[in-house]
Amino acid sequence: MTIVQTLISGILLGGIYSLISMGLNLILGVVRIVNFAHGELLMIAMYISFLFYTTMGLDPYVSAILVIICLFLLGVLTQRFMIQPILDTPASTKIFATLGLSIALQNLALMTLSANHLSVKTSYQTSVINIGELAVSIPRLVAFGAAVGVAVVLYLFLQKTLTGKAIRAVAMQKQAAFLMGINVKRIYLLAFGIGSGLVGLAGALLMPIYSVYPTIGASFILIAFVVVVLGGMGSMFGAFFGGLIIGLVEALSGVIFDPGLKEAIYFVIFIMVLLVRPSGIFSLGKGAEEVGLK
Amino acid sequence: MLKLQNVNLFYGEIQALWDLSFEIKEGQIAALLGANAAGKSSAINAISGIEKISSGEITLFDKEIHKMSPHEIVEEGIIQVPEGRKLFNYMPIQENLELGAYSKRAKKDFKKNLRFVYDLFPILEERKSQMAGDLSGGQQQMVAIARGLMANPKLLIIDELSLGLAPILVQQLIKDLINIRNTGITILLVEQNVQQSLAIASDAYVLENGRLALSGNATELINDPHLKKAYLGM
Repeated sequence: MTIVQTLISGILLGGIYSLISMGLNLILGVVRIVNFAHGELLMIAMYISFLFYTTMGLDPYVSAILVIICLFLLGVLTQRFMIQPILDTPASTKIFATLGLSIALQNLALMTLSANHLSVKTSYQTSVINIGELAVSIPRLVAFGAAVGVAVVLYLFLQKTLTGKAIRAVAMQKQAAFLMGINVKRIYLLAFGIGSGLVGLAGALLMPIYSVYPTIGASFILIAFVVVVLGGMGSMFGAFFGGLIIGLVEALSGVIFDPGLKEAIYFVIFIMVLLVRPSGIFSLGKGAEEVGLK
Repeated sequence: MLKLQNVNLFYGEIQALWDLSFEIKEGQIAALLGANAAGKSSAINAISGIEKISSGEITLFDKEIHKMSPHEIVEEGIIQVPEGRKLFNYMPIQENLELGAYSKRAKKDFKKNLRFVYDLFPILEERKSQMAGDLSGGQQQMVAIARGLMANPKLLIIDELSLGLAPILVQQLIKDLINIRNTGITILLVEQNVQQSLAIASDAYVLENGRLALSGNATELINDPHLKKAYLGM
């Protein structure tokens, strides 16, 4: 029974990983930039959520929509003033830029907010639903449900709406997108905004489960990178299921081996996947560069 | 309708276009000719706003367009069908066409234009759910032209129509182009294939090393001794 219990909490937590990874993947697939500051966006989202809680007494679930909007705008601003000017520069410049942003934000948080762990108190944070002998944590269930819901909405948005198609078109064939009258810069802003908004939601959902501190992003960004490569770069489907898989692996390794070894375990799996199927489990297949996003 | 005046374009320190001037008249098929690296692509990318010119002026119906961004130029009605098709390969034909009609100017006539391109290329309607990347070269070129037409162009620039296609397919596409022109759309053919282009074009402009080397009526140009020697091997 413990194993089933573990599987459930693993999958539920995996939903959060999925959200963060889908955001990272969207930015990677469309803007073609590896956003090393993605974890810090999560940190900021959690602090904002905390701020709404302490100053206005807003429950993290209630303020989630506000956090999403804040992060969307933050993403748009990052793209406009930081990424856009360096888009035509070599890859190393972009890496240093986002890595630098990551370090700057972390230290800014350390300076201004101290390294203390801050958390919110909600009535439901320790609540569980009992199904037979299984106990399912309500905040984790909510986080998972929201992650699945958002993944479906995002998928439909990208596949069915004209704007979604334009985002995919930019990812697939930038020059033709220009020539068809798509405002590519605006699509970049939108993709970065949505990618950051997803992190905003993840942060809001995490707040009742975790406490926030300046370096919390670092552990999540590592997971997100593993998930994106595991699932296949550019594959939204892969990012979603990759997140669940990593959640599972992490929970299982805690039970079977030792919780301290969880990162080692998923990196072993990660390396194995890279050896056997370097393009990721749900890879976009041939011409992944061209597909960009799926 | 479209006028280039003393256009200069640089890539870094390399000058690609030198005082280029020519004018395309409305309602005709014009040809922009030249060997590889003569500056044809630079010229049309300057027209489409993908490359910014350093001096000179490009106007469409006397309206300056060279400071506009690519999507604004599309709204003005200049559409480029790029070399090598550049389709959205992992999308079905129909979605490629929808994206062709992305601009505001195109959205209002979406249904009419879709009917027009499907009547022009019936095979595309039969295969509308098929991925663009899975089509044959000729069909891909049809999708590329159809996608361009969906944008409701005043001027349709077609870069290397014949590239990689069997002559018989090219013949058919040329007939289609004449049909397109007859609906009132001006066409600029950008080609290395001089003979074929001169056969259907009214006016032609020949580029050499980024400069206008020859221009004039196509039927006169075809007998020009320099052109014959340089491009037709006669």
